[in-house]
Amino acid sequence: MLPPVFGVLFDGIAYGMLLFVLSVGLSVTLGLMNFVNLAHCAFAMLGGYVTVTLVNIFGWPFLATLPVAFIAAAVTSVVLERLLYRRLYRASDLDQVLLTIGLAFISVSVAAYIFGTIQQPIATPAALRGSFEFFGIGLGKYRLFLIGVALLVTLAMVIGLEYTRFGAQVRASVDNQRMARGLGIDVDWTFASTFALGSGLAGLGGSLAIEIVGLDPNFSFTYLVYVLIVVSVGGLGSIAGSFAAAMLIGISDIAGKYYVPELGAFLIYMVMVVVLMWKPAGLFGKR
Amino acid sequence: MANPTPNPTANPTAMTPQAYLLARGRWHPLEIAFWLATLLPFILFPNYLSLASQIAITALFALSLDLILGYAGVVSLGHAAFFGLGAYSAGLFSKYVWGEPFSGLLVAAALAGLLGYATSFIISRFRHLPLIMITLGLGLLAHEVANSAHWLTGGSDGLQGVRTEPIFGVFRFDLYGKTAYAYSLAVLFIVFLCARRLINSPFGLALRGIRENWNRMPAIGADSRAHIRKAYTIAAIIAGICGALLTQTTNSASLESISFQRSADVLVMLVLGGAGRLYGGLIGAAIFMVARDQFSGIAPQFWYFWIGVLLVAVVMFLPNGILGGLSKIYAKWSRK
Repeated sequence: MLPPVFGVLFDGIAYGMLLFVLSVGLSVTLGLMNFVNLAHCAFAMLGGYVTVTLVNIFGWPFLATLPVAFIAAAVTSVVLERLLYRRLYRASDLDQVLLTIGLAFISVSVAAYIFGTIQQPIATPAALRGSFEFFGIGLGKYRLFLIGVALLVTLAMVIGLEYTRFGAQVRASVDNQRMARGLGIDVDWTFASTFALGSGLAGLGGSLAIEIVGLDPNFSFTYLVYVLIVVSVGGLGSIAGSFAAAMLIGISDIAGKYYVPELGAFLIYMVMVVVLMWKPAGLFGKR
Repeated sequence: MANPTPNPTANPTAMTPQAYLLARGRWHPLEIAFWLATLLPFILFPNYLSLASQIAITALFALSLDLILGYAGVVSLGHAAFFGLGAYSAGLFSKYVWGEPFSGLLVAAALAGLLGYATSFIISRFRHLPLIMITLGLGLLAHEVANSAHWLTGGSDGLQGVRTEPIFGVFRFDLYGKTAYAYSLAVLFIVFLCARRLINSPFGLALRGIRENWNRMPAIGADSRAHIRKAYTIAAIIAGICGALLTQTTNSASLESISFQRSADVLVMLVLGGAGRLYGGLIGAAIFMVARDQFSGIAPQFWYFWIGVLLVAVVMFLPNGILGGLSKIYAKWSRK
């Protein structure tokens, strides 16, 4: 028999994985494009609502909705990128913050208008319900599935950015835009597709999150804080950093809620402020 | 007066800094008209004086954010921490010590100033994204502290049992908000005068210099960090006063006064009105509060839809807010 601390650890890891999928896209757009996108969780929420609608109204199986959620968030984000974001790449942090907070406000109201302010129920497939007994600890099947998906995403991201032609173009555009243009790389297109990928991952994260944390119109803001914490602690543009930070925040949040519930969210805010004061660029930040 | 009279039609860049500041410090007729107009609610809208008092308080809060954001270029997403500290300390002071309003105001200002001074050492070390994140984190921490110190603040139930005595022992805080508005307006005006003097001083000019170029100002003798620390502490004091005003005029203090929502709202107001202009926050707060009062009666959750649309529009088409847009039109019109 294992002591309950392993159960807490398992839940913490699963939660951390969820935070990672939600935040890695923001880390990429922030780090690579230097754009403060506070509407990131609005894309996650969009993914969540796509899944809820397809499952509850059209009777799709849960797993089949995940790619649709990804595509819906990615397409929406590209439209917004072309219309609005693109004009502010060189603007100040403040302008970017204001524009994207505005979009997040709009997303909250629109979601409340269409779906109401209640929590959305979701039926996951029977294969993902229940839990395994593992030396006396219940391991939730859904959480195991979540961990598997997150690991796949990490692997795909690392391979995509480090070993493919597209990844090389992205890295080149970020390091030196003018030089990359000079070499014939379509920097605008590269940024737009990076942005779409990041937002698509957020949409996927939003769908995966429903089972764990629920979905209501305030999702855009509730999880924005967590995502920002992960990104700033992990360091901008660093996938490994986001992964480590998501684990750190996920485990400390779950452990804090389990062992010292009266502290509330105090612990993770404290972790964030202390890490940022110690290393303003984050744990794995380069700048 | 032996002041050298600057020629107002001359190009401002050709003036000496002293002459420029003196010219800025003169009262424009529109300013006098603005302050006279703030007295109109007493006659025209006697039923809306409570709202008017809320507007005055929020306007002062926006002015305080303007000092650090508009003039010194320090973006803060956690300014409500000082507002909330002021609100709770004024409430607790009236509950446990005595209910005289002015002393409560001073205590709140002092405590908020202390917290502001302490955190200013952190704030002045960072710029850009880490700064935004740290102010956000500190604001959320303050909210968590107020939430978990249930025995002191009442947590999510709000602080009960605040009693504010009449001002000077004569003017009671009545149901219609007449005293409340007069009191808030008087405080707003006095603090505004101080802020105006501060902005039109060499110190204010140095702040604007730091906003434009953080690295160059120390080279001409204005240490950026020391200036940011001072400005941040002053802004915190003013925010504390706002919180205390809200507590005293409503006889309650709640978690809402220290929430992220309040930090975000005040940022929206300031940007809407025009950051980096003394009247930007005041105009923005008035428009925001009146609009919220009118819209949220219809459907509270859609109020934020319009705020969002407004924000996007302001960033895209009116980069300097309403006042910035107006002054552009005015400049074009007066050139013709």
